[in-house]
Amino acid sequence: MPNIKRLNNLSGQAHIVGVGESNKLGKVPEKSPLAHHSEAAVNALADAGMELSDVDALFTAGWSTLDVAEYLGIQPRYTDSTSVGGSSFVIHVAHALAAIAAGYCEVALITHGQSGRSDRAPIPRNPGAPMAQYEAPYGIIGPPVSYAMAARRYMHEYGEDRTRQAMAEIAVSTRKWANLNPIAYFYDIPATFDDYHNSRWVAWPFHLLDCCLVTDAGAAIVITTPERARDAKNGSVKILGAGEGHDHSGISQMPDLTWAFGQYTGPQALDMAGVTHSDLDMAMVYDSFTYTVLVSLENLGFCKPGEGPDFVAGQRTAPGGDFPLNTNGGGLSYTHPGMYGIFTLVEAARQLRGQAGERQLDKCDLAVAHGTGGLLSSTGTVILGSD
Amino acid sequence: MTNATPKPQPVSQPESDRYWDGLKVEEIWLQRSKKTGEYQFYPRAISIHDPASGPEGVEWVQASGNATLYTFAIVHAAPHPGFVGDLPYVTALVELEEGVIVPTNIVGVDPEPESFQIGMALKPVFDHNENAHTLLKFAPA
Repeated sequence: MPNIKRLNNLSGQAHIVGVGESNKLGKVPEKSPLAHHSEAAVNALADAGMELSDVDALFTAGWSTLDVAEYLGIQPRYTDSTSVGGSSFVIHVAHALAAIAAGYCEVALITHGQSGRSDRAPIPRNPGAPMAQYEAPYGIIGPPVSYAMAARRYMHEYGEDRTRQAMAEIAVSTRKWANLNPIAYFYDIPATFDDYHNSRWVAWPFHLLDCCLVTDAGAAIVITTPERARDAKNGSVKILGAGEGHDHSGISQMPDLTWAFGQYTGPQALDMAGVTHSDLDMAMVYDSFTYTVLVSLENLGFCKPGEGPDFVAGQRTAPGGDFPLNTNGGGLSYTHPGMYGIFTLVEAARQLRGQAGERQLDKCDLAVAHGTGGLLSSTGTVILGSD
Repeated sequence: MTNATPKPQPVSQPESDRYWDGLKVEEIWLQRSKKTGEYQFYPRAISIHDPASGPEGVEWVQASGNATLYTFAIVHAAPHPGFVGDLPYVTALVELEEGVIVPTNIVGVDPEPESFQIGMALKPVFDHNENAHTLLKFAPA
């Protein structure tokens, strides 16, 4: 089990000094997944005032670091291809923090690139794996079906109508944030509660507007020592706390469909940072689906199990509300290429550095980024603070 | 209509041959820990309830087939081209009376939310489809 006293000593031992997306997000059939990795890497390093030659540690998911390092032309001295779904990149931040504090490396690059919409060569799955053997033959394939079954169980335990209303609140408030983000997929397209309820079924109880986008996109993050962070070109962000873990792979093996692993990673990250919920100025919570946000807020401890619908009521997570949530427009309305977790970090860093444009929060000194990966399988939670 | 793309088929592993072979003759075989009596799904080389006993710690037991609905979804957008012809179809997690959760489909019922109640009693339907493996589906009891 994690030793909180030792983790407390790691708090702040590394900083995020660069963030960036690939050059174009959305429908990008003219670019490969590795092209998104490379563009994002260059952009994040430029944001930090660094170059690829400064990088001595590489972290990625979906692809092996072997492929990404070779494509970028770098020879990392620390390598981590931990790939546990869209939360992986949040988990990479924890790993980079530990590696930097231990002295394995000084400049860690985390890259992501995925052509969820346009990929010419999707990665095949092992047909002998348990999920392929026991779930796929029944059409239990991919996130919407699995998360929908989890959401239906939540409705049974905590009430269908109030769960439905909460999912609508999240869809609508997230879209309002996207309408403030010029590179969001739905920047120009508002969404009302009626739009939510009238959108088609994908997998009941999920409407289309319960589901994240499927886009082509990449992002990258640069992490370094507190000493080198002083030279950061556009400011730095302290990594104050982190937690990671997972408790199943396929949805039929999830111990409790209404209670995901954030129950452990949230409190751990907060404890390590030495802060509480009321200290946080914003939350970036991976929104693969509206339900993912609902259950994650409860897991993280913002409210008790079953109280999520009350917590998000009345558009309090929208611009101008008292709980800023997914201020980039989220996976629901900004971008979601398949493994979105890294984008929660990009936006949190921008808000903490005061670089979020029209959607910039008045006060933002402490943020949580929470990734959920697989089929509610893995989570990574990171607490970030302004420097 | 016929599906141009076949559905994904289970690729049985050595520890799961007994499960899939049982379904062919309309029998449901589950693994149970010899020590604790607790069942597990899916079959494994060891018991997750008593891993220290290794492969000797598990025994195979025939299940009754009695089940209740734990949760479900009604799929309207095919997650794989092999299922386009089945839309809408119902996926579910059901709880066998032996205490394990099994992923499946609910058949023989209108694919509408009103058709289902969490906790409703279910009986097994052995789907000997055109493929090599028999699938274990369920219908209202």
